[in-house]
Amino acid sequence: MKKKVQKRELLLQGNEAVVEGALKAGCNFFAGYPITPATEISEILSVRLPQLDGTFIQMEDEIASIGAVIGASLAGAKAMTATSGPGFSLMQENIGFAVIAEVPCVIVNAMRGGPSTGLPTMPSQSDVMQARWGTHGDHPIIALCPSTIRECYDLTIKAFNYSEKFRVPVLLLVDEVVAHMREKITIYEDEDVEIFNRVKPTVPPEWYIPFEDTPKGVPAMANFGDGYRYHVTGLTHDIRGFPTSRPDEIDPFIRRLFRKVSQNFADIQIGEFYQTDDADITIIAYGCVARSARRAAADGRERGLKVGVLKMNTIWPFMRASVEKVLRTSKVVIVPEMNMGQISREVKRVNKGDAKVFTINKVDGKIITPQEILSRIKEVY
Amino acid sequence: MAEITRLIHEYLRHDKKFPHVWCPGCGIGIMLGALIRAIDKTGYSKDDIVLVSGIGCTGRLPVYVDFNTLHTTHGRALTFATGIKLAKPRLKVIVIMGDGDAVAIGGNHFIHAARRNIDLTAIIVNNNVYGMTGGQYSPTTPYGMKSTTTIYSNVEHAFNISELAVTAGAVFVGRGTVYHAKLLDSLMEKAFAKVGFSVVEIISHCHTQFGRLNRMGTAVEMMQWQRDHSVTVEKAAQMKAEELKDKFKIGVLVDRELPAYQDEYEKVRKWAKGTEKR
Repeated sequence: MKKKVQKRELLLQGNEAVVEGALKAGCNFFAGYPITPATEISEILSVRLPQLDGTFIQMEDEIASIGAVIGASLAGAKAMTATSGPGFSLMQENIGFAVIAEVPCVIVNAMRGGPSTGLPTMPSQSDVMQARWGTHGDHPIIALCPSTIRECYDLTIKAFNYSEKFRVPVLLLVDEVVAHMREKITIYEDEDVEIFNRVKPTVPPEWYIPFEDTPKGVPAMANFGDGYRYHVTGLTHDIRGFPTSRPDEIDPFIRRLFRKVSQNFADIQIGEFYQTDDADITIIAYGCVARSARRAAADGRERGLKVGVLKMNTIWPFMRASVEKVLRTSKVVIVPEMNMGQISREVKRVNKGDAKVFTINKVDGKIITPQEILSRIKEVY
Repeated sequence: MAEITRLIHEYLRHDKKFPHVWCPGCGIGIMLGALIRAIDKTGYSKDDIVLVSGIGCTGRLPVYVDFNTLHTTHGRALTFATGIKLAKPRLKVIVIMGDGDAVAIGGNHFIHAARRNIDLTAIIVNNNVYGMTGGQYSPTTPYGMKSTTTIYSNVEHAFNISELAVTAGAVFVGRGTVYHAKLLDSLMEKAFAKVGFSVVEIISHCHTQFGRLNRMGTAVEMMQWQRDHSVTVEKAAQMKAEELKDKFKIGVLVDRELPAYQDEYEKVRKWAKGTEKR
């Protein structure tokens, strides 16, 4: 008898798909604070998590939310929080704590217009650089950015996987359009989804070196209460976790934090090339703008223009190799963004002069339309 | 083996390089002694105890002791502790904070942890000043006292940490001083035995910063001040208001029963699963 494949066809909002992805990845702890346009994630998880023996808690602010998330992760939970610009700003210090103490966790930022309270109900992509450099100190960061509802689901799973695999906080930058838009997605229950859980120590406790420098750069992680008693601190620490101010211990530690991400660029950097092989004009886009870019490219092709799209799903680490590829093969590269030019600056930085780079910067709270991209193409090409 | 040798051997980290960061004469050492004795009495396995701290002189305490230890960001220790406790309720989570850590930068977390009745014990060493950064005034610096940022005189009014905890909903609140070391032992034992948010405020001294600026003498003299200005809760009940004017109460200030957050949340899980009706 043929096994019946369990599948769910769902009409989901981006925020709902993030929840589905998180639960699929094994998220069992959520702490958050209400904020538009991320609140649906809290509301749904407050219903779903207790059904699954997980924990939802609404904390007193976003600082407390990320604190609880890091604490829960140290005790072994797969933990997540979700917020928007103002809350994301409040979380920055503790995001740095998760970086230096190497605590896996996922932070969703449903981007709205800023600065400050800005445009609570309108989309933006203006937290891209904050995602990169929001917390103080030199550090690597992983930030993912979905442009479809399916990607909300898939990238949330990936965010958890990366966080567990590399012991890092992973940011999911969803813009307000993607967070609130609805699309149909099909989830197969027997789908072969890779779920990665942190590597735990196999050595006896007295042999355990909690921040050991391994070739992979990611030390095994013992959870609190597992019998491996060790010290976790936000101070720069030695391989045992004890604070250090010795240059010969500081330098390899900071370099290892970078190395564990940089030597896995190939695994982390996700994107898609649409018809870029023969393209004279390539649009580099992410988030909801990538949708308009796809449409603009199709319309452009109909009019005889060779337009391609590089869609970036990984915002950080910057997809330098993919961007360099389209810069080499295209005459013109257009970077439409709902900010004053945050990724375009990176594109220009790596441009060796093979292509001309043009931007579209929209900061009025409205999305960038395919027509706007097309007219920019006509302007510059 | 002498009892103190046994405790040192059992609870201090052997692989952590001493000396510690505290000044000679600091009250934190006395508090650490009481903490270790009280934990030893509770009978918890070291593997099941998590010590969480924030930033400051007091925040440096967990690194020296052999538990699961977490040194968090300034003021946020209670938030991390909340996550740990909810993710693994079987762990005994103890939070060590200074006065600035607990009620200035972390004040909001403090009142909300108390309000939620999260099953944590908060131990607050109150030395009236930010010691580590060089003696600036804190929310518990008394009116009229000097600090390196109130060199003319402090014109703000001090928080009463224990009363704040009582009002915010803590189920156990005790206050002691580092002069009354035995009292600290018993307050901590009671706090650890309590299910829910318990607070032990420990009046200590910073002779290096606060004491020097305010001409309060040596560590010993400041401890004598603690002795002379503290009154037990029982004795205070017999005294008139004017007699208590420059005194503070020590002992158990509140001990009441309220369901702890994780037990309440267990109900939520049952309602969510439909195994119980609300």
